[in-house]
Amino acid sequence: MTNTALLDASGVAKSFGAVRALTDARLTVAEGEIVALMGANGAGKSTFVKIITGALKPDAGHVLIRGKPAPVGSPAEARRSGLVPVYQEPSLIPDLDVADNLRLTSTPSDPFRHWVSELGITDLALSDMICDLPLATLRILDLARALAAEPDVLLLDEMTAALPTDLVDRVLKTVRGKANDGMGVIYVSHRFTEISDLCDRATVLRDGQTVGDLDIEDGVEDRVVELMLGQKLDLGQRAMARTTFPQGQTPRLRVRTLAAEPKFSDVSFDLYPGEVLGVVALEGQGQDELFDVLAGFEKPSAGRVEVDGKPVSFTHPADAIAAGLTFVPGNRADALLSQRSVKENIALPFSARPANWGPLNRRHERARVGYAIEKLQIDTRAQGEVQRLSGGNQQKVTIGRWLATGVETLLLFDPTRGIDVRTKRQIYPLVRELAEQGAAILFYTSELEEVPLACDRAVVIFNGRVVDVIDGAEADEQTLMRAAYGLTAAEGAA
Amino acid sequence: MSAQNTDTPLTRFGRYLRDNPIIPLLVFLFLMIALLEVLRPGIVMPIRAGRDGLISSFWVGNLIKFAIPLAMLAACQVLTMLTAGIDLSVGVVATVSAFVCATLSAVWGVAPAVFVALAAALAVGVVNGIGVGLVRVHPLIMTLGTGLIATGCLQVYQRLVINAGTHIPEFLAWLGTGRTAGMPNGLIVFVPFALFILWLMRYTGFGRLLFALGSNEHAAKLSGVRAWQVYLALYVLSSLIAALAGLLYLGMIRQTSLSLANPLLLPSVAAAVIGGTSIFGGRGSYAGAIVGALILRVLDTMLTLLQMPEGARTALFGLIILAVTALYVRITGTR
Repeated sequence: MTNTALLDASGVAKSFGAVRALTDARLTVAEGEIVALMGANGAGKSTFVKIITGALKPDAGHVLIRGKPAPVGSPAEARRSGLVPVYQEPSLIPDLDVADNLRLTSTPSDPFRHWVSELGITDLALSDMICDLPLATLRILDLARALAAEPDVLLLDEMTAALPTDLVDRVLKTVRGKANDGMGVIYVSHRFTEISDLCDRATVLRDGQTVGDLDIEDGVEDRVVELMLGQKLDLGQRAMARTTFPQGQTPRLRVRTLAAEPKFSDVSFDLYPGEVLGVVALEGQGQDELFDVLAGFEKPSAGRVEVDGKPVSFTHPADAIAAGLTFVPGNRADALLSQRSVKENIALPFSARPANWGPLNRRHERARVGYAIEKLQIDTRAQGEVQRLSGGNQQKVTIGRWLATGVETLLLFDPTRGIDVRTKRQIYPLVRELAEQGAAILFYTSELEEVPLACDRAVVIFNGRVVDVIDGAEADEQTLMRAAYGLTAAEGAA
Repeated sequence: MSAQNTDTPLTRFGRYLRDNPIIPLLVFLFLMIALLEVLRPGIVMPIRAGRDGLISSFWVGNLIKFAIPLAMLAACQVLTMLTAGIDLSVGVVATVSAFVCATLSAVWGVAPAVFVALAAALAVGVVNGIGVGLVRVHPLIMTLGTGLIATGCLQVYQRLVINAGTHIPEFLAWLGTGRTAGMPNGLIVFVPFALFILWLMRYTGFGRLLFALGSNEHAAKLSGVRAWQVYLALYVLSSLIAALAGLLYLGMIRQTSLSLANPLLLPSVAAAVIGGTSIFGGRGSYAGAIVGALILRVLDTMLTLLQMPEGARTALFGLIILAVTALYVRITGTR
């Protein structure tokens, strides 16, 4: 080890408008060291990574590589200065072959080929088109290309996601070997098992700050989880755990061994009328695709879904809606007609079927839209165009659409993402109230502290499988966080 | 959001015009007519040329008469553009229906001829709808393709009926050329037609879905809209409108040709765009397109009056359409 760290980032701050993404982020990597960078959703991890790799300019603080200020604004220059990132999404151009992609980044092909075979891919030709290769191979190619550039510091962002186990082992072994030769590694990951196998230290981010720097040893997981949680903003009353849980009743929605390979492979749960069932999952564990399947946007590859005891299969969201399954997607822009009025947005499902293409039933429409607006307290001062509303009000419009039609089963995907605290506090009681009126609600949220506020129970999805079911009564954040990181025994299903 | 508070009066005025696009268009139309009167005193106001009458009902009637087929074809473009589509087959479909009607009337009589003419249009519409809605071919390509196919079929058909002669049904000639109280009889068809389109866009579920599909097809799907059903109905409707316009045009021109209504295609697109319909979907107005069609007719008259050579006229026509559209977009902030 030398005195100067390979990478030294300290005091890094960055704001986007009024949102302070980072306030005081620190990270050091010494020669031969593998450092895990951890943090819950929204802790500022992605922003920090972008600043380290030179894709973003920090408002304050500095990033030094081998003691010299890292160039900012250009990832290509950061690459030349010795830091090479490998991102979760392959950064290869699909319509070119492998050789052309190497030429674009002026990567020498001999070391590249060496690392490709070292990493366990034996049947690659440089003339293969990128778009013909499977995702796992692309990730390996990305890594091999990074290694061929002989970096001082290698940044791996969720490197092992979408890789089969044998390749994961190869990757970890190769990275360890390079670290032993003196390369520094930043390892961004959610997976404790890999981190404890591979890493020397873990740096934990929370609310834009580095809150801890821990050596990896036995029991470090608990300490990391504690650091990631910290003190949270009070978001309101905790949901009362239901004692009169409807045992023996037919579930509104029964999901059995549902799979949509390769995104999720074994999801089973029951959702009862009058219940809010939380879905706890880190980003990218297959929950996006699970909701898409249940909403009729995608077809499952295996398993079955029953609504009120009857098996269903959806080829279009219209089928799901006919079965009472209505979907509020995570991205508001997907759900809204941004140039149209609040009324038209909420009333859209009324006209969906050809039988309703004729004259509008304006009295019915006014009554139902009025009901939804009042129920959700939508601020309608700018109702002429939905795009002129605030984010929170836009989100209310997407939910209001289904309030107006009448809710049977509501699939809420991260309904509070990016909206203000006041609106959030309105949404939890609303969800509870709908359930009390007999609706069944599946509620995914990327913010764990919301689960005890809204849910009766929660299923935990890790790596495409339901690994645990947590009762609302015992769902404190510690338990949820541990479960989300796959730290509980992987047994049981709802 | 607090965006309203920071708006300058100019942007607020722009937004008002965007919400009521018909106002600047009408102003522009009357300016054009005034310019025409200045260029050739007496054409619109005979009294200035020492003749009788304040406003020439002959001139106004003529303007309206020739704008009607154009405005009907513009309806096809407005409706399809609302879904971010376009229908480039309408010119050919209008021609086909006129040609089929004129030739079959001579053989089978008028009613079967009109029926077959509409059926031919229906066939094109169904193919367009299936191509756009189910196969998901881009509307521009799809309707261009079916338009060419229909042109080819028309040429084959012409060889089959070459000796049969043609007959223009009397009621079409009456609608196309006749006048009642100075106004063209075509209005008897056009006024109810325009009211129907305005009503369809504003007060029906189908109209809502056209706007929805053009604004955000994913959101429409999420709400349970099966887009292919809407596209199929839309392109069938568009073709039937085109066929109707073709029949009216036949009565007006009282001649058949293999390219009768084809020259109306691009002006119909221009009328829709000048009328404030966005080619990117989700925004459009049929009232605007009607005024757009009138503007194009006045423009045409003006260029004819100036007695320019044909080439210069066509080029100037294109240039003015671009200028008008650019100006309009600048004022209202639409695209």
